[in-house]
Amino acid sequence: MTYRNDPYDPKQVALLDPRALASAVADAATAFEATTDPDALAELRRQHLGDRAPVSLARREIGALPPAAKSDAGKRVNEARRSIESAYADRLAVVQAAQAERMLAEERVDVTLPYDRRPRGARHPISTLSERIEDLFVGMGYEIAEGPELELEWTNFDALNIPPDHPARGTMDTFYVDIPGLVLRTHTSPVQARTMLARKPPIYIVCPGRVYRTDELDATHSPVFHQVEGLVVDEGITMAHLRGTLDHLAKAMFGAEARTRWRPHYFPFTEPSGEFDVWFAQHRDGPRWVEWGGCGMVNPRVLRACGIDPDVYSGFAFGMGIERTLMFRHGISDMRDMAEGDVRFTRAFGVEV
Amino acid sequence: MRIPVSWLREHVELPADLSPEDLDRALVGLGIEVESVLDLRSTVTGSLVVGEVLEIEELTGFKKPIRFCRVDVGAANGTGEPQEIVCGATNFAPGDRVVVILPGGVLPGGFAIGARKTYGRNSNGMICSVRELGLGDDHEGILVLPEDAPAKPGDDARPVVGLDDVVVEVEITPDRGYEMSVRGLARELSHAFEVPFVDPALAPATGATAEPAYPVRVLDTVGCDRFAARVVRGVDPLAESPQWMRQRLTVAGIRSISLAVDITNYLMLELGQPMHAFDLDALRGELVVRRAVPGERLTTLDGVDRALDPEDMVICDAGLPVPAADAATATETPSVPTAGADGVPISLAAVMGGETSEVVASTTNVLFEAAHWEPVVVGRTARRHRLFSEAAKRWERGVDPALPLVALERAVALLTTYGGGTAGAEVLDIDHVAPPTRIVLDADLPARRAGVPYEPGRTVALLERVGCAVAVGDGRTAAGPIQVGGRHASGPGTLVVTPPSWRPDLTDPADLVEEVVRLDGYDRVPSVLPVAPAGRGLTPDQRRRRSVSRALAENGYVEVLSPPFVSPDLFDRLGLPADDPRRNAVRLTNPLSDTEPLMRTALLGSLLGTLRRNIGRGHRDVALYEIGMVFEPRPRTGPPPAMGVEHRPSDEEFRAADAVLPHQPWRVAAMLAGEVEPAGWWGAGRPAGWADAVEAGRIVLAAAGIPDDRTVVRQAQRAPWHPGRCAEFLVDDVSVGYAGELHPAALAALELPPRTSALELDLDALPSAPVAPAPRIPGYPPALIDVALVVDAEVPADEVRRALAEGAGDLLESVRLFDVYASAQVGEGRKSLAYKLVFRAPDRTLTGDEAVAARDAAVAEAARRFGAVLRGA
Repeated sequence: MTYRNDPYDPKQVALLDPRALASAVADAATAFEATTDPDALAELRRQHLGDRAPVSLARREIGALPPAAKSDAGKRVNEARRSIESAYADRLAVVQAAQAERMLAEERVDVTLPYDRRPRGARHPISTLSERIEDLFVGMGYEIAEGPELELEWTNFDALNIPPDHPARGTMDTFYVDIPGLVLRTHTSPVQARTMLARKPPIYIVCPGRVYRTDELDATHSPVFHQVEGLVVDEGITMAHLRGTLDHLAKAMFGAEARTRWRPHYFPFTEPSGEFDVWFAQHRDGPRWVEWGGCGMVNPRVLRACGIDPDVYSGFAFGMGIERTLMFRHGISDMRDMAEGDVRFTRAFGVEV
Repeated sequence: MRIPVSWLREHVELPADLSPEDLDRALVGLGIEVESVLDLRSTVTGSLVVGEVLEIEELTGFKKPIRFCRVDVGAANGTGEPQEIVCGATNFAPGDRVVVILPGGVLPGGFAIGARKTYGRNSNGMICSVRELGLGDDHEGILVLPEDAPAKPGDDARPVVGLDDVVVEVEITPDRGYEMSVRGLARELSHAFEVPFVDPALAPATGATAEPAYPVRVLDTVGCDRFAARVVRGVDPLAESPQWMRQRLTVAGIRSISLAVDITNYLMLELGQPMHAFDLDALRGELVVRRAVPGERLTTLDGVDRALDPEDMVICDAGLPVPAADAATATETPSVPTAGADGVPISLAAVMGGETSEVVASTTNVLFEAAHWEPVVVGRTARRHRLFSEAAKRWERGVDPALPLVALERAVALLTTYGGGTAGAEVLDIDHVAPPTRIVLDADLPARRAGVPYEPGRTVALLERVGCAVAVGDGRTAAGPIQVGGRHASGPGTLVVTPPSWRPDLTDPADLVEEVVRLDGYDRVPSVLPVAPAGRGLTPDQRRRRSVSRALAENGYVEVLSPPFVSPDLFDRLGLPADDPRRNAVRLTNPLSDTEPLMRTALLGSLLGTLRRNIGRGHRDVALYEIGMVFEPRPRTGPPPAMGVEHRPSDEEFRAADAVLPHQPWRVAAMLAGEVEPAGWWGAGRPAGWADAVEAGRIVLAAAGIPDDRTVVRQAQRAPWHPGRCAEFLVDDVSVGYAGELHPAALAALELPPRTSALELDLDALPSAPVAPAPRIPGYPPALIDVALVVDAEVPADEVRRALAEGAGDLLESVRLFDVYASAQVGEGRKSLAYKLVFRAPDRTLTGDEAVAARDAAVAEAARRFGAVLRGA
């Protein structure tokens, strides 16, 4: 203990001895270096820089010095203290860094663990593909037209130039119901008739939807399937416009190398009529022509039945099966996969095809 | 239809080196669907030779008869010694000539033939059946060559059995009946290759004679506008059809029956004229062609006793006694033939002959009939009796009315050539055929429709090539009916086109356009993208369905598209009340499955089946959704008004027709079973339940853009839901659907797992999404206060939330329920609801006092409405 008014006594100021200070600095540095634990380092800080630390006690002894010696001793003590503080700070940084690193290492997890707590859902590829075709045409200015699935025979057949004794009207193909004059639509074409009845040309529409035929479900047939049809009625519409539209659709769906080929065919609602194939370069069995759909120039009889003057307007129509398109686009070999609703099938397509 | 190319070559000069690929391409380009082109020359490899059976040794001790044969194959086997062959067929005798394939040869299907030991003998090759040679389906024995076959042992057997040919199988579209014949196909191919065609129908034929070949009266000249007949007497009843004819019939898939019948079938294939051969001696009196009378019956050649319809055309024998209705048949056919009916039906005209008058093994006198029947009548008869014979198929598609006399001429010639006998000199021909309707065509219509600038004269040339007569100029001066079409009725620049007799499908200018474009080539049409006017984009409804679908998919649901057919007992299983309108469903009159004849009135009905299928396949944890239509019949109003097609129906007519259609709203439904979250390393799984289904409803409404403050979710009771776990959704106070856990009894009846939950909402009942107003988002700090309110257990949490929100005033930013708690401490029949309230002012930092005051106001409102007590207060 030293007292401010005590007379100078070198024994009482031993801690101010430069060697003692140097030793305190060295001791502190050694102690700090030996420590890796932040708590232990905090304790060492208390020992070497706290109130009872040698440098702190040395500072108190300054008062015992003669005034002339005070300044010099004060400098020494401060220097020593700064050295210890610096050593502490350096060590603290190292220890903290090491601790942080240790903590990060300890917090390591296995990032390959699955976390499918909420399994993903999926949209049916039929929906997604329909929308993709719709979007292409909407982008070109077309509109999407829809109609009822349980239809008037008149719109499903008569208006489309399918007279009452056309084979397609027989029970071989068509579902009839207990309300006379109605059928489950056998194609999306009645939507074309409805559109022509409801509005005047120019008409540029696509009609996606569910259709029905009395085919038992097997690998290549389904009583319920989906079509997309297009209809254009305007002045001066030609088969060249039909080809241009189909070529554009083919390229949008299957890439720049896709193109279409026509084969003459018969549909009551179009004349001339054709079936069209698409050159499908990505086919799983190699590039080839694939049957895709039917098309033709709207039969003037259909225009007349729907109130459009065939001497002023002409039009084209085309249609294709969504299931059929999916089958070759994705290499689906069985119709039932698309119809049965097994989640394994649909999940494979996610929300976008 | 399967036709050998050699037959076509008899009528059209096809290129000698025509490859199957070129033939395929040409047919497809003409619009004829090619099922297959089979080059028979390449179907059998190795030595296929004619053999003569020398000796037969019957081997015994085997399960079936086995023959060890020694067959003379000439020098074909290199030794000239008889070939020893084991054979399992028994339909041949020594001296018969057969077709032998020698070891090293390969039959169709990759069936390689070797020398092998079988049944204890060495067999060096095989004696072939028709099926083994790929010539047809006959496998009842081996192929025995007819006696007149020009072949000796050792000869190459291919030309003898027709394996030197190319067979093309084609599918004909319903408008082109004329192509269902060698004549029609040959004509079409002459267009494709631009080679000469000789029309077999232009061969000379004897015209009608004053004296008829047989007395015939046609009572209905609409159903039968031409009836021709000739007689051949004294035919050898044992005469067989010549080998070449049988071979061609075999290729076409028609069984050889007898010479007279084979001739009619052969000529049907060649000319396209279906014919009938009567046994003249089986006819008793005058033939009467008329409609059937109610109650009349006929046993057709297929042995089926058929009740005839008054619309069926029949050929009757006026010499047969009209049968009285006896007791046995009277029970089946209450109406007996009208007294005085003209004769007794012996043939279902144009479709199938009757048993009593058919040509039989003893027939020596034959009456050939070649008529022309109304296509619609035949089509109806064929469908009514489910008799889709080769003849009916042709009649329905249209047969050339100019053919009967030519066909008869050929039939008589063939029968007398191969069966002997004498052709009667008399020819019957009752002809009421109307002349073809002429069509006035704008000369430039094909170019305008195709977008191809056809050179002048090209249109006329192409129309003439298909057989039309084309006159240029004013059509009105021409005699006869004229179909007017195109921009100009007639006048300069118009063509008056008379279609040929074999093209009843050519009636409109558009039909002629198709012929021009088709023959010029569809591939000549250029590709031009039309420019559509600006469109409106997707409609709000379309956008909504897409948003809803995507939202559900992104929340773990898998979309399915279930067939909409349901079973009548579904409603009972669902537990629907007896008077539930959902029991009123549209019924299919021709369902695929008798157990599912109804159209769904709820999406759940069909979604159940898909869920069950998935569970059955081992997917226990399933979340499905479907967006589709349901069918809600309206009160019965009778059938829609009849509307023609000559002009547009009036708006009133069409509205009246549309009013008959059931209401078909778009719905969305979802179903969940099993665990909605699986167990994993993170802990236990979470079973799907009512809350997931209700949340699915909220997801749908949010995706549809319906603001929360317009939606009410409330407790409801509705089948098939659990009465305590069913939520009803209302938007603007209109009910739009239900969600929750399904009733345990319904789940048991439906064989679905307990706790299966479901949602069904009517998308069409939702109002359109408003434009969302942007919220204010002040940057001042919020004041967060939690409150726990004790209320009666029955009080809905959502209504308490609403009371808090309405009581708190404008400072409340949000309120969220974070805990529900019931215990003895809370009180019997009471529950504690804990809400987190967030207060914030738009223009300042709230003071504690302000926040507390707002909270107190909120709690006070809850207390006022529900007697809520602030817990711990």
